[in-house]
Amino acid sequence: MSSTIVIPYQAEAHPLTGVTSGKLGIWIFLASEIMLFGALFSSYVLLRVGTGAEYWPSGVEAGLNVPIGTVNTLILITSSVTMVMSWASLKMDKFAAFKFYLGATIGLGSLFLVVKGFEYSAKFSHHIYPAVGWPEATDPSTFFGLYFTLTGLHALHILLGVLVNLWLLVYGAELWKTERVRFEGRIEISGLYWHFVDLVWIFLFPVLYLL
Amino acid sequence: MSEAHAELGFLRKYVFSTDHKVIGIQYGITALVFLFFGFCLMMMMRWQLAYPGEPIPLVGGLLGETMVDRGAMLPNFYNQLGAMHGTIMVFMGIVPLAVGAFGNYVVPLQIGAPDMAFPRLNMASYQAFVVGGVVMLVSFLLPGGAASSGWTSYAPLAVFATSGQTFWLLGMLFLIASSLLGGINFIVTIIHLRADGLTFFRLPFFVWSQLVTAFLLVLAFPALQAAAILQAMDRLAGTSFFLPSGLVVGGSAVAAAGGGSPLLWQHLFWFLAHPEVYVLILPGMGIVAEVIAVNTRKPLWGYKPMVYSLLFLGFLSFGVWAHHMYMTGMGTTMSTFFQITTMIISIPSVIILTCLVISLWGASIRFPVPMLFALAFLPMFGIGGLTGLPLGLAAPDAFLHDSYYVIGHFHYVVAPGTIFAMFAGIYHWWPKATGRHMNETLGRIHFWFSFLFMNGIFMPMMFEGMAGVSRRLFDPTIYTHAEAAHGLTIMTSWSAWGLALAQIPFVINFFWSMRKEERAEENPWQATTLEWATPTPPPHGNFVETPVVYRGPYEYSVPGAERDFSPQFVKQGG
Repeated sequence: MSSTIVIPYQAEAHPLTGVTSGKLGIWIFLASEIMLFGALFSSYVLLRVGTGAEYWPSGVEAGLNVPIGTVNTLILITSSVTMVMSWASLKMDKFAAFKFYLGATIGLGSLFLVVKGFEYSAKFSHHIYPAVGWPEATDPSTFFGLYFTLTGLHALHILLGVLVNLWLLVYGAELWKTERVRFEGRIEISGLYWHFVDLVWIFLFPVLYLL
Repeated sequence: MSEAHAELGFLRKYVFSTDHKVIGIQYGITALVFLFFGFCLMMMMRWQLAYPGEPIPLVGGLLGETMVDRGAMLPNFYNQLGAMHGTIMVFMGIVPLAVGAFGNYVVPLQIGAPDMAFPRLNMASYQAFVVGGVVMLVSFLLPGGAASSGWTSYAPLAVFATSGQTFWLLGMLFLIASSLLGGINFIVTIIHLRADGLTFFRLPFFVWSQLVTAFLLVLAFPALQAAAILQAMDRLAGTSFFLPSGLVVGGSAVAAAGGGSPLLWQHLFWFLAHPEVYVLILPGMGIVAEVIAVNTRKPLWGYKPMVYSLLFLGFLSFGVWAHHMYMTGMGTTMSTFFQITTMIISIPSVIILTCLVISLWGASIRFPVPMLFALAFLPMFGIGGLTGLPLGLAAPDAFLHDSYYVIGHFHYVVAPGTIFAMFAGIYHWWPKATGRHMNETLGRIHFWFSFLFMNGIFMPMMFEGMAGVSRRLFDPTIYTHAEAAHGLTIMTSWSAWGLALAQIPFVINFFWSMRKEERAEENPWQATTLEWATPTPPPHGNFVETPVVYRGPYEYSVPGAERDFSPQFVKQGG
């Protein structure tokens, strides 16, 4: 690498904040993510109640599959549990268990995307796209526009989380041998991100499927 | 982490560097180039405004046939220039210069850190900025040209614009990503990497300004990110987030489903763009505070009230965005709320400015070039701020909205305001960054002519606006009411070209001083803050010995001290 300079608080906690630089960074990043999804949820509210729309379908009326959405919610919650387990295993020095749980997180995240893909293709096969929407409504496109935009952006976040976890699973063992504390930190940071993405879905699911 | 210190290749040292100082200089040079490019766009517009329909001199023959007709500007090209001038100046010029360049170069030095908290993330920020900038620039080469719906990209106009608008949205996503990563990096760096003894209330005011700016970037930009995603969906996937029902464009009904809200775009856009105004001005205030403290040889008057004002400004800047929208019909209740918050937010700005002015009181002031720019900042920013008050109230805004008065107002804040602060910063930190002084004579020529022409550009705009001339006119001579003000338009245009000539001494100075000017020692201004404790220019890793801080940032002329400055990093008082 580039030099001999040492940047403090990469592995040890700062006395003022009580966390490492990476962890402080991810919290600030998540704050900006909250503003991103907050802006989108606010747009949802404004489009639903602020435009004088006469009709707004509930998820069921629009034809969203609530049981499948529920299954996907459970998949994601389970993946959050396995994410914690992988971090805890690392802390307890059980590297094999860590790999199993992190692999399970990746698998469940991917499964979520596969299920989401089936939901999308079912909509497409009924000629429902972001722009077409609920055929009998007078004010048709905004619901599905929001549905595809919000869930699509969420799916991109899931994909990013899966890829980061995959990278940590494949190349992480190296860092585990040399700088153990930093590797634990990275898993924790990845976990914080994963829980956040999970939490976004916890809001998305009722807003889009049930309300 | 502790490999041998190897000599780096050219690419790793200057192009893909993780050193905050190299990245800062990369940001600075790129931003200055973008600023010049945006200025060139504006100079072409000024020709069309002063002499409509006449062939543009020098460049008229070089432009394509979609842009000019026999050398004279076409209306659509004028719109592209207007939209891209604003976009380039704000997002690719001032922000990267104020935050990317000065923040990167100076903040780690002033807090006594070896580098930023995340050096590779820092490099990624710069690269995302360059990609976003390139996407914006190449959009001029598209068949329909660049974005042409104003820098605000209001819907539904922008939804029906040519593909240049899609490039604008894409470029903006990269610029936003760059600012977000940069903002996170600054916050963590300032909170975690302060030297021993450097408590928060010993931080130089410039560091405070960068900290607040970073929070604004991190929390405000996502709103535009969301808006850009929604507008991209409207343009590419056929949704109607910003298209109302029953929309008629050019006499025929639009095929879109409707049900959307054009006002939603404005709310999301200004939720970013008002805090963005403070992103543009706060680092400038920080630089001016540093330069004034050094050259008055006095502590800043009211350092703590200034810091509290800064924090309050940052907080409240999230609650004033709809004062840009009084004329949209959003309702008087909304207007009342935002008038009140807007009047309140002027108070902390005035406190900061007043403290800076009072700091001059009773001082034996030195007048090197950076101090000239810093002193000019005070009245220029003052004019910019005060002319904003009528715009912040809905009743006078009804007359002034979308007129040249608005253009004059915000340019006074950003051009002779922030850009003068940026020049002050360049002249002030140049000896530290390059190891050589800058030529004083050329600097003075640069300052006085810039000062003259800046006012020659923006003061006439105020009068034009009050005479009722709208902004964004392609040909002001076809409107009877604007005829009387045409002399002012011509004056503005010639001042703009004069301002371009006034930058020539700066460019000469830039290259001359890098090689020929006399060498600077470690602390040429006899300043107190930590960046002057490093060798000149600072090596990779910055400090020879890890610095320890013993006192506040501006201990000048301490009674009983040997010298008139007591640096933060020296144990015994001077």
